[in-house]
Amino acid sequence: MSDDNKLDFQQFRERVGDLRGKEYWRSLEELSRSEVFDEFFQSEFPQQALPLEKGVDRRDFVKLMGASVAMAGLTACRAPNETIIPYVNQPENLIPGRPLFFASAMPLGGYATGVLVESHMGRPTKIEGNPDHPSSLGASNSFQQASILGLYDPDRSQVVRRAGEISTWSEFVAALQPLLSAARTNGAGLRILTQTITSPSLGAQIQQMLTQYPGARWHQWEPVSGDNAREGARVAFGGYANVIYDFTKANVVVSLGSDFLSEGPAHLRYARDFSARRRVRQGDARPMNRLYAIEASPTNTGSVADHRFPVRPSEIESWARQVLAALGGAAAVPAADATPATPVAPQAMARDLAANRGASIVIAGEDQPPAVHALAHALNSALGNIGSTVLITDPVEVAPVNQLESIRQLVTDMNAGAVQTLVILGGNPAFDAPADFNFGGAYQKVPFRAHLSLYYDETSMLSHWHIPETHYLETWGDGRGHDGTVSIIQPLIAPLYNGRAASEVIGALVGGLDATPYQAVRNYWFGRGATEATWRQWLHDGLINGSALPARGATGAPPAVSTMDTVGAPQDGLELIIRHDPTIYDGRFANNAWLQELPKPNTKITWDNVMLMGPGTAEDLGFGGRERDPLVNERRTRMAELQHGNVRMELPVWVLPGHAEGAVTIFYGYGRRQGGEVATVKGPGFDTYPFRRSTTMHGGPGATVTMRSGSVYPIACTQEHQSIDPKIVGDRNIVRAATFAEYQTNPGFAHQGHHAEFELSDASMYPPFQYTGHAWAMAIDTTLCTGCNGCVAACVAENNISVVGKEEVVREREMHWLRIDRYFKGDPGNPEIYHQPVPCMQCENAPCEPVCPVAATSHSEEGLNDMTYNRCVGTRYCSNNCPYKVRRFNFFHYADYDTPALKPMRNPDVTVRTRGVMEKCTYCVQRINHARIEAAKQDRRVRDGEVVTACQQACPTQAIVFGDMNDPGSGVAQLKKEPTNYALLGELNTRPRTTYLATIRNPNPELAAAAAAGKAEAH
Amino acid sequence: MATPKDTTPVQEIRPTTQELRIPERFIPTPTIEPGHNFATITDHISSIVLRRKTPVGWFIGLLIAMGGVGLLSVSISYLVGKGVGIWGINHPVGWGMDIINFVWWIGIGHAGTLISAILLLLRQDWRTSINRFAEAMTLFAVASAGLYPALHTGRPWYDYWLFPYPNTMGLWPQFRSPLMWDVFAVSTYATVSLLFWYVGLIPDLATLRDRARNLWIKRVYGMFAMGWRGSARHWHRYEHAYLLLAGLSTPLVLSVHTIVSFDFAVAQIPGWHATFFPPYFVAGAVFAGFAMVLTLAIPARKFFRLEDFITMKHLENMGKILLATGLIVVYAYAMEWFYGWYSGNPFEIYMLKNRSTGPYMSMYAALWICNGLAPQLMWFKRFRTSTFWLFVVAMFVNVGMWLERFVIIPASLHRDFLPSSWGMYHGTFWDWSMFIGSIGLFFALLFLFVRILPMISIFEMRTLLPEAQAHTEEEGAH
Amino acid sequence: MAQIFHRSANTLSRVTIFGAIFIAGFILWVIGGIVRSPYFTNQGVQREQAVPFSHQHHVGGLGIDCRYCHTSVETSSFAGIPPTSTCMNCHSQIWTNAAVLEPVRQSFASGQSLQWNRVHRVPDFVHFNHSIHVAKGIGCASCHGRVDRMNLVYQATPMTMEWCLSCHRNPEKFVRPRDQVFNMDYVPVNQKQLGPQLVKQYNIRKLTSCSTCHY
Repeated sequence: MSDDNKLDFQQFRERVGDLRGKEYWRSLEELSRSEVFDEFFQSEFPQQALPLEKGVDRRDFVKLMGASVAMAGLTACRAPNETIIPYVNQPENLIPGRPLFFASAMPLGGYATGVLVESHMGRPTKIEGNPDHPSSLGASNSFQQASILGLYDPDRSQVVRRAGEISTWSEFVAALQPLLSAARTNGAGLRILTQTITSPSLGAQIQQMLTQYPGARWHQWEPVSGDNAREGARVAFGGYANVIYDFTKANVVVSLGSDFLSEGPAHLRYARDFSARRRVRQGDARPMNRLYAIEASPTNTGSVADHRFPVRPSEIESWARQVLAALGGAAAVPAADATPATPVAPQAMARDLAANRGASIVIAGEDQPPAVHALAHALNSALGNIGSTVLITDPVEVAPVNQLESIRQLVTDMNAGAVQTLVILGGNPAFDAPADFNFGGAYQKVPFRAHLSLYYDETSMLSHWHIPETHYLETWGDGRGHDGTVSIIQPLIAPLYNGRAASEVIGALVGGLDATPYQAVRNYWFGRGATEATWRQWLHDGLINGSALPARGATGAPPAVSTMDTVGAPQDGLELIIRHDPTIYDGRFANNAWLQELPKPNTKITWDNVMLMGPGTAEDLGFGGRERDPLVNERRTRMAELQHGNVRMELPVWVLPGHAEGAVTIFYGYGRRQGGEVATVKGPGFDTYPFRRSTTMHGGPGATVTMRSGSVYPIACTQEHQSIDPKIVGDRNIVRAATFAEYQTNPGFAHQGHHAEFELSDASMYPPFQYTGHAWAMAIDTTLCTGCNGCVAACVAENNISVVGKEEVVREREMHWLRIDRYFKGDPGNPEIYHQPVPCMQCENAPCEPVCPVAATSHSEEGLNDMTYNRCVGTRYCSNNCPYKVRRFNFFHYADYDTPALKPMRNPDVTVRTRGVMEKCTYCVQRINHARIEAAKQDRRVRDGEVVTACQQACPTQAIVFGDMNDPGSGVAQLKKEPTNYALLGELNTRPRTTYLATIRNPNPELAAAAAAGKAEAH
Repeated sequence: MATPKDTTPVQEIRPTTQELRIPERFIPTPTIEPGHNFATITDHISSIVLRRKTPVGWFIGLLIAMGGVGLLSVSISYLVGKGVGIWGINHPVGWGMDIINFVWWIGIGHAGTLISAILLLLRQDWRTSINRFAEAMTLFAVASAGLYPALHTGRPWYDYWLFPYPNTMGLWPQFRSPLMWDVFAVSTYATVSLLFWYVGLIPDLATLRDRARNLWIKRVYGMFAMGWRGSARHWHRYEHAYLLLAGLSTPLVLSVHTIVSFDFAVAQIPGWHATFFPPYFVAGAVFAGFAMVLTLAIPARKFFRLEDFITMKHLENMGKILLATGLIVVYAYAMEWFYGWYSGNPFEIYMLKNRSTGPYMSMYAALWICNGLAPQLMWFKRFRTSTFWLFVVAMFVNVGMWLERFVIIPASLHRDFLPSSWGMYHGTFWDWSMFIGSIGLFFALLFLFVRILPMISIFEMRTLLPEAQAHTEEEGAH
Repeated sequence: MAQIFHRSANTLSRVTIFGAIFIAGFILWVIGGIVRSPYFTNQGVQREQAVPFSHQHHVGGLGIDCRYCHTSVETSSFAGIPPTSTCMNCHSQIWTNAAVLEPVRQSFASGQSLQWNRVHRVPDFVHFNHSIHVAKGIGCASCHGRVDRMNLVYQATPMTMEWCLSCHRNPEKFVRPRDQVFNMDYVPVNQKQLGPQLVKQYNIRKLTSCSTCHY
């Protein structure tokens, strides 16, 4: 992806934009957009238009037709006749067979994160993070990775609908006119409802609309809204503010129920910064940072914490208050009867924080009440962190509001009949608005209802007009990152399904019909001093340099904590915690099978939402360890009825060690009734939104749970509660860990386990093979892995890995090449949690190789353990003999050969596997070969960093390092020299090329003893 | 026609012995009941095929067996159409009932060759009445076994890649793979067993040819008799050929199951990776084989009134072999524990712990009962000489040997090295339908065999007669 | 006892028994032949094209370089099929109204691509890269034959895996100087001595790992 490629291709991009402008005029002349687009499409992108419309394939497509593997057998190897369809005018800089990369940004929850999109012959196939973007720094998360599937998703809405009947855009625009003229005269009655918006250009358009229709109102609603953070900041800083944390400077971090490592617009950046202070290497004197996590249900952040205190949600505030009090913070009033698990802990934390004034961070979770956020800010200001590790800027949103109040207002007005016209731009309020508002009911009182969305969903069904929305890879736009940095969102492909951008709908409202999204964005920025040169530069970089919001000075007086409304004392009975789903978010990704099949952090459950509770609570409810052997992956559980307020619902129970006792966690986002087959049929789950009322947005006390005897529910869980307790499974030294102190006294601790003397021995009957060329290898630092799933999703996207569906996962047939093993150690009440990503180990003495009767898996001279799909007959012997069980077998025809929309999505450099063949991690050999060929053409060796595996590229903490062991300068060669470097199951003498760096944690010595006591008490 | 019951000699012998006050148990049970001559033997055995009216029971039996064959063909079509996913296999358990049944059938297939070849070389003449039957059983068992390796692959239509042949890919198969060895071992075994069985049949086919009334039946038997005239020259060559084949197939008895055991011993899964597997498997195979011979011989004997030819001595000897091989197997089970304890290898130790207390513990317990306890009855002559008890024990062993393979294959795979990838295995409907189907196939072939071929070697039975002894002596001389 | 078979039965049986062996062998030999025949490999099969483009005329006759049309052969895995505009570079000047070129003009005017029938095809699980072969001194003609003498292009070589391996195992037999790669009538002079020398010079490796082509 050389720069000039990206740069010069802009001309082409702009031609696209201009063309779209021109034909848009034509479309007004009774031309249906789709027809025109086909024309335009075929003139510029024959390769991608034809396959979609006429099913004709170029070779790169046929590459995807792994079916020929099977056909080869049946039709006796006769090659099918194919046609080649060249361009009519080949765009410059586009070389057939070579990918191009474009910088863009993916908006989620309003915030834009920079991405680089790989494009094959005009088809986006893979998302990577944009190294230049402050919110990404080159990393990417599962949402970004899976958005490729979201783009091609055949279930996306494809036509404008009027009351469910197929209609056209022009009819919609026509239908709007009378209402608009009405609105102009009396002004009132026009409302728009959007999600959080940071897009300057869209914001400006909306402002223009509001000025044009003085009576019009703009409402915002998003289920994962961050209202609490906003309100907390308002209390603390006397006005909405955006808070940015700098973890590179923080020696001590206290998380008050915050999952900052895997949630929120900045989590990729925070994970990178946080891990920078945890990377323990030889000859690196810097001490590790220390993380205290006070949280109820285990998060990724909590799982890597040096001290994790499982407490009920209502106790978190009193913890914060005690710490503040211990610091002598301004007017802290400790809740009288608050008795945290370990009284000593807050004191010790306070001392630790005090010792790191200006170099510590206290961060509160999105779903903590405003009071806790305010307390966190108070703590930070008391510690003098504000200005050093905590930066305050103006809000990033165009119009920060309390979205709960905003939608409450809208519903009230709708019920009062004050709303004549409601245009909803994105979102799905009929599904995800607070239950007690009964949005759907109120919505139907509105005379004119229009809804713009990717899917024909619950809200669309209640609307007069539904307009298909464009995916972010299909349209122009802009947006701000977590620190306000502006990115221009540029399309990689013309809208596949006749979608419309929000700006076009607003355009229709204000009457700017000539403005295509491209022109809307371009005009906005050119109106603000952009020039052709800067514009190109921005598009090339994927961001506008220096557009980050400036940090305010430290606010003088620390916020008045006493004035805060407090959550009040912890109450008896179960507390309910309502969180958004970790993989399908608020339900908007429910139709994304990649995300559905992604094992959820810590629980490793796919395709479902469950009710989490701690072992003790489960025991009390009559669902104890004896119910099921935690070592057996039986993949079913029992149902229990959850009651909270006046809502009752049966949910499957799932026991999660480390979950705070006296509380249960449920996740919202599942239970979609409309909006795609995957969402509604394949992964229905349970709709828990009814529990989410305006008063209980994040749960609350007073929940009751009653077990339902007998009723068994199948759960597609990829990994049971495996323990690494020697008493249970024998001393296998799978995960090796020590404290930072222990490491300093004894760096070689990882090699003093059982059978350690046999590890990496050269014992062999045969002379060892000499790897004269490259020797590819990988090292994974388990200290840094947070179990965020970014690598797994990236692997799926890069390697065309099939989705198998819930039934097959229940049958233990998931296909992920890379899995993140999760182990618990110690007291189930508050265990240590370890994450261990396990790809193919690429053993030098690979047990899988000698047993394959047809030599379908064999060793390459660069030490790769090759898997040749087309040679495999499928005896599964290799998988049986693999000690790591990383091989995956196509028990059925999992790959989808039929859906035309999915063909352009696949990576043309990786064969799509057919039924009956084995597959596994290849170290992204397609990338290795590409780099090797490029290097060979220049008669040089492949340089370190030239080959980056998909998992490595995605990893926000850079826990995965890949490279050439034979190159002493390479990063991986360095890591292999680390004393903590160990081989998994090394005593089997498989000589794995993938090795691990042992986990090192940095507990507070003062608490070491107390923590144990704390666990006991929490238990 | 003359049946042994009303022949007088019986009464002639018994009283004399009683006069001599020789206790019953010192009278050796004969390998053929007295009162037979060449004619009666030939009559009796050949008549089953040629003269007697086909009993209704035979038709019923065949019908049931054919039902099984139908089920098998349905299962196979569905399997090939849909994929091996219809079975219960998964990650980590890549082999389930497919391989269990394969090993089970191959094991059963052992008695035939053993009885025919080894006992022949050891001049154990009591074998003569059961060898034909056992060989047939071997063939059909191997046929049933052969189904599984062929169909357990993900893409059976590429199975031919396992054979080394010059191809356009410029590739050879992986000769280091035990599966590769299986291909040769099993196919060789099948071929030699077939030849052995067929050569042994030739003289009897000739007999049938001569005794058949219908010209076409004559023709058919004649064709397979290959012009056997029973001349001295024929007999001379026959003896040589038969001995050679016997010598040839003797090592096979050991080799086949040894190599099958390599499938596991060569792999490194705890519970598979053990050096004593070859002898353990061979013993187990003989164990299973004889159990199956008993299971079949006892009813057949009753049904076709062959008590005179398959005498209590045969059954008793087989009972003894059952006991002997059973003890070897039990020894092997014990050794697994010793290895686990002695190696101190945590994976081995856990494997044993898991077997005996894990989710499949019931299987393991049943295995001990079937293969460990049940055969112990064979210590007592009372049980050894009771067809009922022999049959019961044999059935126990049949089940036990299946369980043994279950315990070895899925029960070892489902929890190997990394707890994170542990799982469970449960057979599905199609697993069982394949199994039942293959049993159906086995019996269908068996029923056809007893109907159209002499299930007992006529000419070899003749050699057991006193009149023939002189003849055999001479034979031994030159 | 009456004979049930004619005397000839003896001979017949002997013949069948011994013949069986040879028959089996023969059948295998025939199969081996068939899978290497054009029926399977499509070697030498001419494909009809929408436009009867003659390489003989353009390459052999006019001496146009391969890379004039197959532009990406040195940079990409895919050699590239020329866009219609490339044809029109010349044919907007010459043969401007030749009937055979009607589809070309049609395409250029309408923006509808020309459709060519693929001649050289490797299976989808084989990842072939033109650029590296060209860079390492494998001539076009080595795989595609004397295209300059083909009227309608056909596949000159079997393109079976054993054929690929014949070179991947012994590159020195086929490698040629880089400057001769696009030369159609290049004839090696004492390849025995030149080959190994070039293999050394271009540091060509014998890439026979599966993942060289299959992934």
